[in-house]
Amino acid sequence: MEIKKTSLNKLHQDSQAKFVEFAGYEMPIQYSKGVIEEHKFTRSHAGIFDVSHMGQLFIYGNENLTSDLEKIFPLDLKNLQQNCSKYSFLMNEEAGIYDDLIITKLEDGYLIILNAACKEKDFEILSNILSKKYKMELSNNRALVAIQGPKAVEILNETINGVKNLTFMTGDWFDYNSQKLFITRSGYTGEDGFEVSIINALAEEFTKSLIKKGAELIGLGARDTLRLEAGLCLYGHELDLNKTPVEANLKWAISKERLSNGGFVGSDKIINQINEGAKQIRVGIKPEGRLIAREKTKIFNETELPIGEVTSGTFGPSINGPIAMGYVDKEFSKIDTKILLEVRGKKYPANICKLPFYKKSYVKGVN
Amino acid sequence: MSEVKFSKEHEWITLEGDVATIGITQHATEMLGDIVFAELPEKGSNVEKDGTAGVVESTKAASDVYTPVSGEVVDINQAIVDDPAKINEDPEGTAWFFKLKMKDISELDSLMNKEEYDKFSKESSN
Repeated sequence: MEIKKTSLNKLHQDSQAKFVEFAGYEMPIQYSKGVIEEHKFTRSHAGIFDVSHMGQLFIYGNENLTSDLEKIFPLDLKNLQQNCSKYSFLMNEEAGIYDDLIITKLEDGYLIILNAACKEKDFEILSNILSKKYKMELSNNRALVAIQGPKAVEILNETINGVKNLTFMTGDWFDYNSQKLFITRSGYTGEDGFEVSIINALAEEFTKSLIKKGAELIGLGARDTLRLEAGLCLYGHELDLNKTPVEANLKWAISKERLSNGGFVGSDKIINQINEGAKQIRVGIKPEGRLIAREKTKIFNETELPIGEVTSGTFGPSINGPIAMGYVDKEFSKIDTKILLEVRGKKYPANICKLPFYKKSYVKGVN
Repeated sequence: MSEVKFSKEHEWITLEGDVATIGITQHATEMLGDIVFAELPEKGSNVEKDGTAGVVESTKAASDVYTPVSGEVVDINQAIVDDPAKINEDPEGTAWFFKLKMKDISELDSLMNKEEYDKFSKESSN
């Protein structure tokens, strides 16, 4: 199958990107400055991320759509205000996770941002459950560009006046060159920032306007170190069909209103796990010294019995040390529990630690 | 000091007497990206030509370091273990990895000179 390219591909090439294949797309893993510099630049200034490979699914409908979506997502969508976003999951009956996503209520329906590798499958699952009652559109004419970091608001507001008034996890339509952009205040770095949905034809000139104001392109390499420092899950690593939101320690994303009556796909399992507790749970892990424990590293307790596995591990540039996340048996999930990590045949000491590794600076709403 | 030689695994080696100094090439560091972890062989241990003799890790992945010749490890560069970023800064100079007392100096004959290596690394990165 031919590799797909986003509308910013030429700009990446012109910016000396190193490319990798990711979910069938040719994506920049880093630019000439490298992962660590790009990571730090995002934390101190503003980084631009091409996330156009992600799915932008528009579903059009009214109150009926809202009640049908409540049969799928563990959210109180009836009481969700227009232009407000929620983090959620598409699950199977066993509460295994098909995908994690951000859903935003629009005037005439919903916008759901899906992971690139899952979007086609998600579309199929959702159209089956919704029995093709609603118009669904997995957009291929819109790019998605994120700008993240302490300078993001100032830079983006110069190009798109008014974005500074958005609060965290809300969005709105804005005009740009007589086209409509949908912008949400959200992101995946632990920094304040925005995600901009823009038609392909304008994506490059829009991105260049942000670069002109001092933002820089950042690759998927730094996107991964940033999200891991922020303690955020990556689908296919922390989350998959064998994990539930409760095991992933993402109970906060399930609306309390939905726990009493259930009625969404996977609700029996979720309610049961919330009451009984899950066997394993996602934790933060801080290896001692400089040791990096990659995905699939086996975790042991102090008496060398296996208790779990690492799901992501790297070097955190802002922490200036190694960091990891993984799943361990519930009884070993307390902060400061001493564990052992088996790397290249030897066991090394590490500690269960609090997430996030890096403190967020989101702009919270007043409501 | 002898002419610098290079291996297909992107290590460089120089010889002084029967002691070889080994590190990874500039080209290797460019392929790896930012190095954030280094592990070296133990002093006093013996390593075999083309065997693993350490590990480097970037933010993205771990890679083995091979030794292009056999010998006894007589010194290691602790500075790069303490601060792996030094490897990206000066890979073919101060950020050497380890020194070996060579057993068989003829092992150097099969390695590439600078011109051959530059050609090889250019071709292998395409």
